[in-house]
Amino acid sequence: MGTTTDRGKLAFVIACLALLAAYPLVGGKFGVDLVTKIMIYAIFALSLELLVGGTGLVCFGHSAFFGIGAYAAVLLSPQGASPSLLWILPACVVAAGVYAAFVGALSLRTKGVYFIMVTLAFAQMAYYVAHDTPLGGGTDGIYLYTKPVLGPLDLDSAGGIYGFTLACLAAVFGALAVLSRSRFGRALAGIRVNEQRMRATGFSTYPYKLAAFVVSGAIAGLAGFLFAVKDGFVNPELMSWHLSGAVLIMIILGGIGHLRGALIGAFAFSLLQEFFKSEAIFGAFAKHWTLGLGLAIIASVALLPRGLVGVPAQVRGRLTGRRGSAGSGGSHG
Amino acid sequence: MADARIDAAAAAASTPQMSRGEVLLRGQGLTRRWGGLVAVNEVSLEIERGTVHAVIGTNGAGKSTLINLLSGEVPPSAGRVELLGQDVTDWTQPRRARAGLGRSYQRNTIYPSFSVFENCRLAAQASHQKPWQWWRSAQRCEVSRNAALKAARRAGLDDLLEREAGLLSHGQKRQLEIAMCLATAPQVLLLDEPLAGMGAEETDRMLALLDELKDGHAILLVEHDMDAVFRIADRITVMVNGSVIACDTPEAVRKSPDVQRAYLGTH
Repeated sequence: MGTTTDRGKLAFVIACLALLAAYPLVGGKFGVDLVTKIMIYAIFALSLELLVGGTGLVCFGHSAFFGIGAYAAVLLSPQGASPSLLWILPACVVAAGVYAAFVGALSLRTKGVYFIMVTLAFAQMAYYVAHDTPLGGGTDGIYLYTKPVLGPLDLDSAGGIYGFTLACLAAVFGALAVLSRSRFGRALAGIRVNEQRMRATGFSTYPYKLAAFVVSGAIAGLAGFLFAVKDGFVNPELMSWHLSGAVLIMIILGGIGHLRGALIGAFAFSLLQEFFKSEAIFGAFAKHWTLGLGLAIIASVALLPRGLVGVPAQVRGRLTGRRGSAGSGGSHG
Repeated sequence: MADARIDAAAAAASTPQMSRGEVLLRGQGLTRRWGGLVAVNEVSLEIERGTVHAVIGTNGAGKSTLINLLSGEVPPSAGRVELLGQDVTDWTQPRRARAGLGRSYQRNTIYPSFSVFENCRLAAQASHQKPWQWWRSAQRCEVSRNAALKAARRAGLDDLLEREAGLLSHGQKRQLEIAMCLATAPQVLLLDEPLAGMGAEETDRMLALLDELKDGHAILLVEHDMDAVFRIADRITVMVNGSVIACDTPEAVRKSPDVQRAYLGTH
C-alpha cells in the first residue's frame, strides 16, 4: 500500500533498470564496458549510502572493502581453472564483511570527525598491505586470468558481465529498499536523526551501527568482486583514499538520503568524468580533466543542495514560489 | 514477553490504587564530580508510584545531571540507583529504558522529519525489538503500532498522527516528547523541563496530562515554572550547588526559611 510518491519512485527505478537492460542492444563495446563500470560504482555508492544516508555515519575508508572484494576475487581464484561463482562470490563478500566487522567494531567507538579519520586510517592500512607486500602484487597489481563461471553464465564476455552486474545492481537496490522500510532500517534512520534519543528509548545503538557497517562493507566487497572480474586486474589504487572520496562525492552529487541518489550520482559522476576527459571536446585541455570535474561538482553542490534527486522538487518550488521539501525523513527510495 | 510487559504497564495504569506509594526509583548517595566540580553531591531521593516528585533549583544546581545519573546517561562517581527494587547502577541507559525508565529532555529530541505516528512507533519498537524479525516491515508490527497509537492518544496527539513532527507547535512537540516516553511503556518518567517555553494554555494542557499520567507512573519533574510545580507536585526536592537543602511536601517547602533564602525569594 504505497503512496503516490512511493509509486513514482518505484516507476523511476524500474524505468532505469529497463533502460539499462535494453542498452546493450544499442550500445557499442566501449559503451557497454563503460556502463558496466558505472553500474559497479552504483552498487558501491549504494553500499556507502546505507552508512551515510541511512545511518548518519560518514565513512571515508570505504574503498578498503571494495579493494578487499576485488583482491579476494583474484587471490582466491585457483591457477588455471575457473572457480565456481557459487563459492567465490560469497567468499569475496564475506572477506569484505569480515574486515568491515573488524574496522566497524573499533571505529564505531568514535564519533564525528574522529570516525571519519579512523575509517580512513584503516583503509590506508589495507592500501599499504596491498601496495607494499608480495601478497597484493605491489604497485603492479595482479591479473585475474580465469573468470568465475556458473553454468552457461560466462563472465568473460562483455554481455555476460554486463547482465550479471545489472542483476546484482537490481538485487542490491531492492534489498536496501526493503531494509530501509524494515524494523532494522527504521532503527538506523532513528540513529541517523538522533542517537541520544534512540538510546534513551531503549535502543542499544552500537550493535545496530555495527550491523549496518558490516552489511555496507559486504556490499562494497560485491562491487569490488565485480570490478576485478570485469577488468581482470586489481591494483592498490582500488583501496586508495581517492576512491573513497569519489564514492562519497557520488552520493553527495546524487542526493544523500535516497537510494536513487546513489544510483543517479554514480552515473552523473562517471559520465562527467568521461565528458571532461574527452579529447574530442576539450582537446589538449582534457588532460586537466580533474579541474573541470571539480568545478562541475562545486557548482552542482552549490546550486543543488539536495543533489540531483532533489531537482524536480527544486523546480516545482521555483514554479510555485516555495522551497522544495527535503523529504529525507521517510524511507530510502 | 514484551507484550506482557505492555499489558502489565497498562493494567498498572488502569488500577493505580493497588500499588500507589510503592517506591519505583531510588537514588542513594548519588554523586557526580567533573574534575574539581561536584555537580551532584550525595543526593538521595525516592520516587513513588502515583506521585509527582519535583526537583527545583537555580541554573547549575545539578538537576539535569541528577536526571542523567538516574537514567544512566552519565555514570555516578558514587552512589547507587535502584529501579523497581533492582540495583541498576551498572546498567546502560538503553537497558534501564527497556526496564521501564522513560525520560524526556530539556530541549526537543523528537525526530523532526518523521511523522508524529512514526516518532511514537519507533519509540514503541524499542520495547519490542525482536532481532530475529529485523527484516520485517516496520509498519506491519501490530504491537508497536497499537502502543504508538495509544501513547499518541494519551498525549492528546491523535489528530496529528500524520503531521511531520518538525511542523508541530512548541507545545505539541513537548507533548510528543511525552508520547514517545509513553510508547515505551515506562513505569517511571523523568521529565526535564517539559513546560519550558510554553504559553499559559499549553502549560495547563501539559499539567492536566501529567496529572492524568500520575496514576500508574512515578514521575520525576525538573521544572523552573514554580506556579506549575506547586500546582502539581506531591513532593519537592530543592537543590543548591549540587546538594539537597530540602525534600518535603510543597507546603513545607514553601514555608522553609532555607528554601526561601536560597531559591524562592518572596514566593
